Amino acid sequence: MTGTATPTARPTLALTGVTKRFPTGTVAVRGVSLALQPGDFVTVVGPSGCGKSTLLRLASGLESVTDGVIDVESAATSYVFQDPTLLEWRSALRNVELVGELRKVPGDERRRRAQEALDLVGLTGFEAQHPRRLSGGMRMRVSLARALVADPDLALFDEPFGALDEITRLQMQTELQKLFQLKRFAGLFITHSVSEAVYLSTRVLVMSGRPGRIVAEIPVPFEYPRPPDLRYEPEFAELTGQVSHALGEHS
Amino acid sequence: MSTPTPVIEGGPGDPVIGSPRSAPGHPDGAGARKAPWWRVAVSRSVPILAALAGIAVVWYAVSYLVLPEQQRFLLPPPHEAFGSALSNPQLMGPMLEALARSAGVAMVGLVCAVVLGIGYATVMSQSGWAERILYPYAVILQTIPILALVPLIGIWLGYAFTARVVVCIIIAVFPMISNTLFGLQSASPAAHDLLTLNKATRWQRLTKLQFPAAVPSIFTGLRNASGLAVIGVIVADFYFQQGAPGIGGLLRTYTLRLQMEALFTAIALTALFGVVVFSIFAALDKAVVGRWYGGHTR
Repeated sequence: MTGTATPTARPTLALTGVTKRFPTGTVAVRGVSLALQPGDFVTVVGPSGCGKSTLLRLASGLESVTDGVIDVESAATSYVFQDPTLLEWRSALRNVELVGELRKVPGDERRRRAQEALDLVGLTGFEAQHPRRLSGGMRMRVSLARALVADPDLALFDEPFGALDEITRLQMQTELQKLFQLKRFAGLFITHSVSEAVYLSTRVLVMSGRPGRIVAEIPVPFEYPRPPDLRYEPEFAELTGQVSHALGEHS
Repeated sequence: MSTPTPVIEGGPGDPVIGSPRSAPGHPDGAGARKAPWWRVAVSRSVPILAALAGIAVVWYAVSYLVLPEQQRFLLPPPHEAFGSALSNPQLMGPMLEALARSAGVAMVGLVCAVVLGIGYATVMSQSGWAERILYPYAVILQTIPILALVPLIGIWLGYAFTARVVVCIIIAVFPMISNTLFGLQSASPAAHDLLTLNKATRWQRLTKLQFPAAVPSIFTGLRNASGLAVIGVIVADFYFQQGAPGIGGLLRTYTLRLQMEALFTAIALTALFGVVVFSIFAALDKAVVGRWYGGHTR
């Protein structure tokens, strides 16, 4: 299922020679080029502080580039933060509705779509719960539902599972990969976990230490949906080995 | 891709607090075993009553054991101090009227302080410039001793209702400003990013993120401001003697006339008034903020 994009389609997200220098003088990323076609799920791995998150903030427009060009062909872009970033005074449903509220979607449609998104992430029955009453994994599910509710063409993920415990984390990976198969957004996913990168993506990009550059690109050929046990296959181990090796050479 | 059914089998498998059926609308699993209200009331009031009893014991000891008889009028024992005043309608009538008048001034002052404080903080929260320009004035207002301003207020505004309300506002407004501002600025950078990415307007950011995030702090401010408004009205009454007296005005009158029994009763009433006002707003704070986060108390 890799490389499903037709050659005529314009990339959903294209970065060309992107450099970001902060006013402090720190160069966070240097000369990064990458293209995401619809149906691509690209993960970026790199040592901490290598500018991975900056790359995502640039792609989303939260930061502006110092040099280079970013093209986005997406009617709706969503962003999943490191932290679930839920509004604590809102129920799960109302948190998902927020996106529609800000875009002035009428109430009925907004609620219906929020409910669908919560059903999709397996939170049926938890609509009325406030974030404080949900577990870490469930809060992240609400965050995913909020990202999916707008039916994004492009979904950006900033290490969303980094703070979860190992069991929950593996579970969330399995589910995200299913959601990707269902929705087929173009995904750009930042992580520092090699196995997470390989398990989720159609392609792994390896970034060097600061200033971040892309030093290796490793295609992942597995079909979706991917069974959790894929992680124990020799082919999987070989790919994680390649990624780890590339990381080791450049960090 | 073809199936429209939910893709996640088994539902949420991670550790769950409560079950989908029982959780909504049930704040606490332990709710069923909650102690009856009267037991809570008793367990809360016992320490207060014990403290009052302790004060009474010390008071009696000082009156009877420490003070020589000819100086006992300085601290008459509680039953005389309160008893003679409470049994004297000519004294209690005006005292309660004055207390009601003061309570009115304090509440009007508090409402003004709340409106002004929230408004001032909201303006400050809208830009770094506004904050840098406006915050020092709030701090100055807070740091000038109120007694230095009172004569000026009297000269400008007279010595009646308006002037007393203004003193209340000056004393009570700072906690409203600082707590509201803190609350408005308490939303996480990521939450702000979320709104930015969804192209929220300034108004949406204020009403959907900053204000709701500030609600707990605003109620903390309200609790503190309510106590200060009571102090404010006593101070104002004490200095602004013209017109109908407030309870602070009577305190001064009794002091000048050395009416010790009346003075003690008025002080006790004032203290009670402060405690009641503070307790009301503390309870309000707790109730509102608990509900705000979906039934969780802090």
